[in-house]
Amino acid sequence: MANPADLLYTKDHEWAKIEGDVATIGITDYAQNSLGDIVYVELPRLGATVAEHASIGVVESVKAVSELFNPVAGEVVEINPLLETDPSAVNRDAFGEGWMYKVKLPSGAPPGLLSASDYEKLIAES
Amino acid sequence: MSDDTGVLRKTALFDEHVAHGARIVPFGGFEMPVQYGSVLKEHDAVRRRAGLFDLSHMAQYELRGDGVAAWADELTVNEVGTMAPLQARYNIFTNEAGGAHDDVLFYRLPDRWLLVVNAGNAEKMWPYLQAQAVGRAGVHLQSHHGSRALIAVQGPRALEILAPLCDVDIAAMKYYFCAEGSVDGAPAVIARTGYTGEDGFELFVEGEDATRLWRRLLECGAAHGLEPAGLGARDILRLEAGMPLYGHELEEDISPLAAGQRWAVKFRKPDFIGKAALVAQRDADDYDRIAGVALSGRVPARAGYPVFANGERVGEVKSASIAPSLGNTNIATVYVKKSAAEPGTKLAIEVRGTLHDATVVALPFYRRGDARKDG
Repeated sequence: MANPADLLYTKDHEWAKIEGDVATIGITDYAQNSLGDIVYVELPRLGATVAEHASIGVVESVKAVSELFNPVAGEVVEINPLLETDPSAVNRDAFGEGWMYKVKLPSGAPPGLLSASDYEKLIAES
Repeated sequence: MSDDTGVLRKTALFDEHVAHGARIVPFGGFEMPVQYGSVLKEHDAVRRRAGLFDLSHMAQYELRGDGVAAWADELTVNEVGTMAPLQARYNIFTNEAGGAHDDVLFYRLPDRWLLVVNAGNAEKMWPYLQAQAVGRAGVHLQSHHGSRALIAVQGPRALEILAPLCDVDIAAMKYYFCAEGSVDGAPAVIARTGYTGEDGFELFVEGEDATRLWRRLLECGAAHGLEPAGLGARDILRLEAGMPLYGHELEEDISPLAAGQRWAVKFRKPDFIGKAALVAQRDADDYDRIAGVALSGRVPARAGYPVFANGERVGEVKSASIAPSLGNTNIATVYVKKSAAEPGTKLAIEVRGTLHDATVVALPFYRRGDARKDG
């Protein structure tokens, strides 16, 4: 699946969609495919302040536990309620209904994220 | 685990797995398919239709001679000498302390025995068996590990898929029996055994026949919903069915009694390695043991997570998974003190620093047919 050009990416295979001062965050289709069947997603609490690159949750597949790294600093303002009951939404639609949480950004666009084309170069090399 | 050079071996079917898009992982010294697509879909195929497994990494040994049964009866907890011709039987090789060297299957053929040991234990078991056979008249061992293939067809439709390809009447074959014959022209030992909790068959064939047979089975099985299934699905299937996995529920320091395999320990046998220790363990009945637990939440447990009862640490998780056959609830086996192993006991499992409720339940979690009742 193509990595949407309007998203930004990390080398840890998270994506962020910046709309105004809110970033919606998830993991990439490449990441969900590598993990396999996702059975549990542990996300930060609503209202938590999360630092850039901090380990703020886990994504568990049938066989493995993977850390979730936060791509942008800010305050968690929304959690995807669907993942509580249906974590396989991440497998079905990593860039859509499988989104994970939203962060309110302090100011401006966060630095250090990759464009879709830079991210594709990275996964092609891995 | 691998050989001394660290080089992983490939089964005869390796190229088939790659062609099917399998994710390959090291397992028991071989490069094996853990999944082809979705582990959960492969699990579902086996419970409701049929799955095709490459188990050629498992070590196949042939035992010949009129001394084999008596010899094997001295090394194992279950009875070998009382096996009927063409019978298969689960067994456990034990150490002097009553712990398990390995759990295995014996197959009694007209002129020989077939012994299948865990791939991960082959490097230990083959020298051990050879050493035990030194100086024993009528015991001859031969390893076919890696050269012969083992293909399993498991699931409620296994019989109808396989029967037209076999030159023996496998419909009449009882569970845990076997026959020599051929499958689609390939000489085979055909056994009604498996490690999934479903009906199914295991086919022992020459490595050179494996690829053709694998393709033929997929072709003939397609109309019945047969799909290739990897080791990931197999692990969930066996866990739901309450079957131990060596290195988890059974180990050098976890005895057959502790693993809940007391049914396989025949104390009436005159003697066997570890019998005295197992008799003492049985009589004292205060040993730590394997129990099944159902977790109440959605957070999965993992092997090694600590287990508590009333605030006291009582053991650890040995295997765990989401259980698709039990409504996608989380299940686990735990190795705990006797007082914490009774069904109904409330336990807590520590996951990343937080305690999660779990209740001891009777094993197995799943019995054959449960998956099909709900459609």
